Amino acid sequence: MASLTANAPVEPSGPRPKRIGPGRYGVYAFLIISALFFLIPLYVMIVTSLKPMDEIRMGNLFALPGSPSFDAWIKAWSQACTGLNCNGIHVGMLNSIKILIPSVILSIAVGSVTGYALSFWRPKGANILFAILLLGAFIPYQVFLYPLVRILSMVSLYNSIPGVVFVHTIFGLPLMTLLFRNFYAGIPIDLFKAARVDGGGFWAIFLRLMLPLSTPIIVVAAILQITGIWNDFLFGLIFAGRENFPMTVQLNNVVNSSFGEKEYNVNMAATILTALVPLFVYFVSGRWFVRGIASGAVKG
Amino acid sequence: MKPRFLRFWMAQVALAPAWLIVIFAYIGTILWTIQISFTSSKVFPVSNYVGFSQYTRLFGSERWIISVQNLAIFGILFIVGCLILGFLLAVFLDQRIRAESVFRTIFLYPYALSFIVTGLVWQWTLNPTLGIQQTVRNWGWESFTFDWLSRGDRAIYVIALAGMWQASGLVMAILLAGLRGVDGELWKAAKVDGIPTWRVYLHIVIPILTPMFVTATVLLATAVVKVYDLVVALTNGGPGISTEVPAKFVIEYLFQRQNLGLATAASTVMMITVLCVLAPWLYVQYFRQPRSAH
Repeated sequence: MASLTANAPVEPSGPRPKRIGPGRYGVYAFLIISALFFLIPLYVMIVTSLKPMDEIRMGNLFALPGSPSFDAWIKAWSQACTGLNCNGIHVGMLNSIKILIPSVILSIAVGSVTGYALSFWRPKGANILFAILLLGAFIPYQVFLYPLVRILSMVSLYNSIPGVVFVHTIFGLPLMTLLFRNFYAGIPIDLFKAARVDGGGFWAIFLRLMLPLSTPIIVVAAILQITGIWNDFLFGLIFAGRENFPMTVQLNNVVNSSFGEKEYNVNMAATILTALVPLFVYFVSGRWFVRGIASGAVKG
Repeated sequence: MKPRFLRFWMAQVALAPAWLIVIFAYIGTILWTIQISFTSSKVFPVSNYVGFSQYTRLFGSERWIISVQNLAIFGILFIVGCLILGFLLAVFLDQRIRAESVFRTIFLYPYALSFIVTGLVWQWTLNPTLGIQQTVRNWGWESFTFDWLSRGDRAIYVIALAGMWQASGLVMAILLAGLRGVDGELWKAAKVDGIPTWRVYLHIVIPILTPMFVTATVLLATAVVKVYDLVVALTNGGPGISTEVPAKFVIEYLFQRQNLGLATAASTVMMITVLCVLAPWLYVQYFRQPRSAH
C-alpha cells in the first residue's frame, strides 16, 4: 500500500447510477440528514451567540434571532470573566498565538532534520530511535506529565510560555519525524547519492536540495501542528501557568466555572472565537488537511 | 574512506535533539513515573517503597473502576460508531453525487475543532432546561424527554455521541480515499454477473479496505485512551463521578488530590494497556520485512 490519499485518483469509483430512481433519492436523503447532524451544533452555536438572553430563556434553540446583535461577541472578546478577571477571551487568544508560532516552527524544524537524517543517512541506532519515537506517539501523555513538570521547574521553565513550547516540540516530534521520513522515503535515493558524489555534506544537501523539495510536506506539517497546538488543552493547562493559559483553557474556565446566571450567548460567542483559527485553516487548506490527517498513520 | 561512524558524525549531531528527547523526556520520565508508583508518595515523591500496594488500592477504588468501565463503553461506542457512520458516509459520497465536495467539507469540519469546543457546543445543545428537550416541548410535544446529560447512567453515551460527531469525518476521509482506489472494472464485472451492489460492498469492497479500517481504528483508539478534554468540557466527570475516565483520574490525583503514588500507578496501568494493544500492530506495520525483499 502506497500513500493513502496523496496520489489517490479523485474520480468516484462506485457503481454508476442508472437513471434518477428511488435509490437516488435515498442516497441524497441519507447525505442531507447526515449533513444536518453535522451542521446543527454549528448552527445552534451561531444563532445562540446572536441572541439576547431574554430570547434564549424562551427555549427555542433553533429559532433565528429576532434582532441579531453582536453584543455577546463584544462581551466575550473583551469582558468575559474567568474567576475574578474579566478581561475577555482575547487574553487567551494572544497567549495561544504566543504559544503557537514558536511551537510550530520549532517542532517542524526538529522533525524535518530528524526525518531527513533517519531517511538518508541512517547512522547507527537510527532504527531504535525511530521505533521509540513511534511508540511515543501512542503512549498516553499521563505517564510523562509529573516528571516533566519536575524537570521543567528545575530549569525554571515550568509555568512559562517557553515551557509549553518545549512540551509541544517534544510531543510533536513523533508525528513530524514520521511525516518527513515518509516524504523523504519517496525521493529517489540516486538524487541523494549524486549530491554526495558532488561533495555535498549533511547540511548542504538538506538546506540546498531537500528543503526546497519539501514544500508540500511542510504545508501538511504546518496544518497539522497549527490545528493540533491551537486545539491543545492538556499541555496548556498544566505547563503554561495561570498567566499564560491558552484560549481553550480560558474558554473552558469561562463557560464551566462562571458564577451567577450563565450567559449562554457570551459562552457560544467565545466558543466560536476559539474555533475560528482551526476552522479558517480547515476551509483554506481543503484537500491538504485530508492529506495531513491520513498521512500520519500510513506506512512509508 | 572514513569509518562509518566518522562519516556520519554530522548525522549523529543532527539527531542529538531527537535522542535527548527520547532518552530524557520519554524513557526517563516513564521510568521515573513507574518508580514513583511503587512508593507511598503523596504531595512529593518519597523513596519509601511499598511494592504493589498502590496498584491494589487503585483497583479497589470505585472511582478508578468507574473510569475504566466508562472508557470501555465510550471506546466501543465511539470506535464502532465512527467506523459505521464514516463507512456509510464514504460509500454514499462515492455514488457520483452532486456537490460532493460540499458534503465532504461538512462531514469533516468537526475534526478541525478542539474537544473543548465540541464538548461545550454539545453541552449547550443538549442542555436539559433550554436545549433540544425544551425546544421540542415548545413545538407541542409536551412529554418529550432527552435529559441524558443530567442522568448518571446515560451521560457517557452523550460523550460518545459528541466524539462520533467530531471524528466520523476522519473515517469518512480515509475510507473514501480507499474507495477511490478500488478498480472500476470491479463494478463492471459485478454488473455483468448480476451481483447486487450491497453484496459487492460486503464481500469484496470491505475486505479490500481492511488496511484503511485498521488505520482508522488505530487513530480512533489512540484518541479513546487520551480522552480528557471532551469529558472536562462536556460533563467534567459528572453527574457525580458517573463520567470519569482514566486520563482525568490521573490528572486529578496528580495535580489536585496530591496523591502521586496512586496517580502514577494509574498512568502506568494506562501505558501498559496501550503497549499490549499496540505492539503487534506496530511490528507488522513498520518492522516486518516485506516478503519480496529476500
